[in-house]
Amino acid sequence: MSDNEKTTPDHAPAAPGQPAGAAPEAAGTGADAPRPALTDDEKAAKIAAAKAKAEAAKAAKAAAPEEPKPPWEAKPVTPEHQDASADPDVAALAAAVDGAVLAADSFAGDVTVTIPADRIVEICRALKGDRGFTFLVDLTAIDWLDREQGRFDVVYWMHRFDDSKRIRLVAALREESSIASVTGVWRTANWLEREVYDMFGIHFEGHPALERILTWEGFNGHPLRKDFPVEGIDTGAAIYPDVYPPGGGPVRPDELESGEPKAEGKGD
Amino acid sequence: MTDQRPPSLFDVEEMEVSFGPQHPATHGVLRVQLKLDGERIVDAKPIIGYLHRGTEKLFETMAFPQCIPHTDRMDYVTSATNNQGFCVAMEKLLGITIPPRAAYIRMMLAELQRLASHLVWLATHAIDLGAITPFFYTFRERDAILDLFESYCGARLTLNTMKIGGAPFELPDGWVERCSALVDAFPGHIDEYEELLTNNRIWKRRTIGVGVVSPEDAIDWGLTGPPLRGSGVRWDIRRVFPYDRYDEIEFEIPIGANGDTYDRYLVRIAEMRQSVRILRQCLDRLPEGPVMAKIPKVLRARDGMAYGSVEAPKGELGYFIVTTDKATEPYRCRVRPPSFVNLQMLPEMVRGHLVADLVAVIGTLDIVLGEIDR
Amino acid sequence: MSEVLIRYVVVPFIQTLVILFSLLGIVAYLTLLERKVLAWMQARIGPNRVGPRGLLQPIADVFKLFAKEDLVPSRAERFVFVLAPMLIFAPSFLVWAVIPFGESFTVAGVQVDSFIADINIAILFVLGVSSIAIYGIILGGWSSNNKFSLMGGLRSAAQLVSYEVPLGFAVVSVLLMAGTLSLVGIVEAQREAGIWFFLPGILGFGIYFICGVAETGRNPFDLPEAESELVGGYHTEYSGMKFAFFYLAEYMNMLVVSSLAVTLFFGGWLPPFPNLLAGLWQSPLLSWIPPFAWYLVKVLAFIFLYIWFRATFPRYRFDQLMSVGWKWLIPLSLANVLLVGIGVLILKG
Repeated sequence: MSDNEKTTPDHAPAAPGQPAGAAPEAAGTGADAPRPALTDDEKAAKIAAAKAKAEAAKAAKAAAPEEPKPPWEAKPVTPEHQDASADPDVAALAAAVDGAVLAADSFAGDVTVTIPADRIVEICRALKGDRGFTFLVDLTAIDWLDREQGRFDVVYWMHRFDDSKRIRLVAALREESSIASVTGVWRTANWLEREVYDMFGIHFEGHPALERILTWEGFNGHPLRKDFPVEGIDTGAAIYPDVYPPGGGPVRPDELESGEPKAEGKGD
Repeated sequence: MTDQRPPSLFDVEEMEVSFGPQHPATHGVLRVQLKLDGERIVDAKPIIGYLHRGTEKLFETMAFPQCIPHTDRMDYVTSATNNQGFCVAMEKLLGITIPPRAAYIRMMLAELQRLASHLVWLATHAIDLGAITPFFYTFRERDAILDLFESYCGARLTLNTMKIGGAPFELPDGWVERCSALVDAFPGHIDEYEELLTNNRIWKRRTIGVGVVSPEDAIDWGLTGPPLRGSGVRWDIRRVFPYDRYDEIEFEIPIGANGDTYDRYLVRIAEMRQSVRILRQCLDRLPEGPVMAKIPKVLRARDGMAYGSVEAPKGELGYFIVTTDKATEPYRCRVRPPSFVNLQMLPEMVRGHLVADLVAVIGTLDIVLGEIDR
Repeated sequence: MSEVLIRYVVVPFIQTLVILFSLLGIVAYLTLLERKVLAWMQARIGPNRVGPRGLLQPIADVFKLFAKEDLVPSRAERFVFVLAPMLIFAPSFLVWAVIPFGESFTVAGVQVDSFIADINIAILFVLGVSSIAIYGIILGGWSSNNKFSLMGGLRSAAQLVSYEVPLGFAVVSVLLMAGTLSLVGIVEAQREAGIWFFLPGILGFGIYFICGVAETGRNPFDLPEAESELVGGYHTEYSGMKFAFFYLAEYMNMLVVSSLAVTLFFGGWLPPFPNLLAGLWQSPLLSWIPPFAWYLVKVLAFIFLYIWFRATFPRYRFDQLMSVGWKWLIPLSLANVLLVGIGVLILKG
């Protein structure tokens, strides 16, 4: 990775404050030449010099107003959360469906509406029919583990063609609850919901064929849940019984029998 | 187009056949379970997941910049676009603006990648339908593009060629000249491919009327990219939600009229020509300046969610990133793969067609299993 | 007595051996020629590792096919399974008995004809014998005990049978012009007429060659054996030498179709305008060219056309293939017969 031009002016002069005439052979030969130790006086002198320089720079800055830096040379401006209840679509939704809008947030240019999970189909139909969001871009879920309003967030992200507006719905869902399927509203939700079921274990009521899609039938887990380990779990795949013991699968290092390494492979 | 067979004494009951997962025409490990009535497809059920590697789970364990090489491997045919999508989403989340030179470099890499991807599409689609020669011509051009990538970032296929905040490297000496030469020669090559296929009667008979998608169906099924544009919906993320200074570049968005395979073919050929046009403009207007924005060494996000998308050659590739306060990794990074959503519509598109058309439709959807399964 | 013995037994026997072995060699090298020409059209080189410029590649291929494990599926009908490739391979050799390569010449005082037999129903013989191959295809597909092979076999058979009809009619138009069924006679008729029959019979030639491409199962009519299809084709279960038979039969059929096209429409071993430009052809500059060379060049041109088709065209879907054969070629070939018949009636009074 090449270094970009360093345009920052705030590097303190890095030249070692060598006392005059110290270690001439060290000059220019590289970083491994040992720096001569500084005496206390020399240290104090260095600090004073640096302070003076900083003061001078500040004075210069104050004297001449500097021109605004282009945004890529300035620190990135983190977006802020803003309330989006005034957004026309949010307002229309709140008017159309009672109690639909629990919260509305605008962040980084996206409008996110928190909605109750049990009204999802009604809300989606309202947005599709009245507000023209005919295109469901994405449907996914987030696992928040312990959270009082519900473990999961089911996220719907839709698009309107006329003015290219997008809106996000977030529905909090308890682990044991299920949520209605929106395949009746947008047919594209079919596989998207299957993937959410597969990865998170969230049930979609009314889905035409809720099966696993990315993992195989009979897989015993929901991979994207936060309590599913990245290394994998015992999936009960006894393909090579002489290599993996019965009920064995990918095994975490801390689960190995102490001392005994597992068999590496068939024969050495 | 196809002859209707009257029911007869000799009709047998439906046959269930598995097409794939190992099959030369499925462009990866895809299995399609077919219910056939003779040669006519009664139902098709795509079965995926053979290439699932848990990428989204892995994202949750890695710092933001570490995620980028993993995005390469999803749609491995267009890895620069995957990188770009992630970087666009992260820059939105962190409020980073990239310098103009970086934006132009990223646009050039993305358009070169679009050309490379469409070349692979054309090669495989043609060879599935029996035209074996375009494969060799297109891969000759693709090789030249991959050489350009190699001299820029060192890799040909999985590029890892974009960073959050800009481009990783300055362009090497002579790169602009070589790219320029490629761009100048390219329209002639596209003419070569078109000469072999576009007006060929057999090609037209194999593709016109096959896999027709109406615009309303396309929108309802969530199609994006050439499948959507082939049905007549003029919609392109580069125009609608411009990223990386696409708003400064002039280009057209080709659409099709009937939504069949031939239209999607024409749309992609026209897109290649538009990519050449975009490249020409980028090369001519390449600004000076730094290639990376000033960003902290360790990127920390605040709590929030952001969705950023790019127009990948296959459709809208989106990244939905959820972060918690002061996090260095994504809490959840969801990839919206265009091929996954496009493939969903396969049963609708092939119902009633013959088995030979299944191959044409899979080719026209231009799927990459790495992206579908992640 | 011995003259008869020599002329009608010994000479044909030697001719048979010569033709048999040279055909085997030619067919083997035809595979290399195809790969090289295809590669040249596709901006690449083709086999160039085995031997100088790849010239020993066919020999390596033959060894490979010999050495491959010859599988017979466990539940296949064994006798038929082994018989089928022979049924496909044998007819394509048999037709060479009647195809003429050139003029008669004398060797050591013995007159040698450039054909093994000149029967007066040669064309009928050729068409009839080559139809036996269809049995081989159906039986090969059926005996493999594989529903895909069966489907592929039936499709191939349907394709062959459908395209035999316009092929036959195109040949009929030549018979009308030549007035004889004997292949030697047809060439002689072209010499008498002074022009190759493809000029007046251009439509017939077009139909004949398209049907010929379909009969050999080559691109754009190669759906039954395309790898990108669900159905693997009738030869899916075959391996080793049995598969080699199918493979070589395809090339042999290409040669047969090309030879017949040359004989029927392009004057066989005759130079262009044999009577008009007789002075040119017999001048000392060109008289050394043996008639066989003309024949060979023309056949190679047709082989090149076959390979060119394969490099260029996508393939037809099966129903489109059948509709081209039944809805287009048959009416056209019938119309062609009518036109040629009228023409012959007018010109010959």
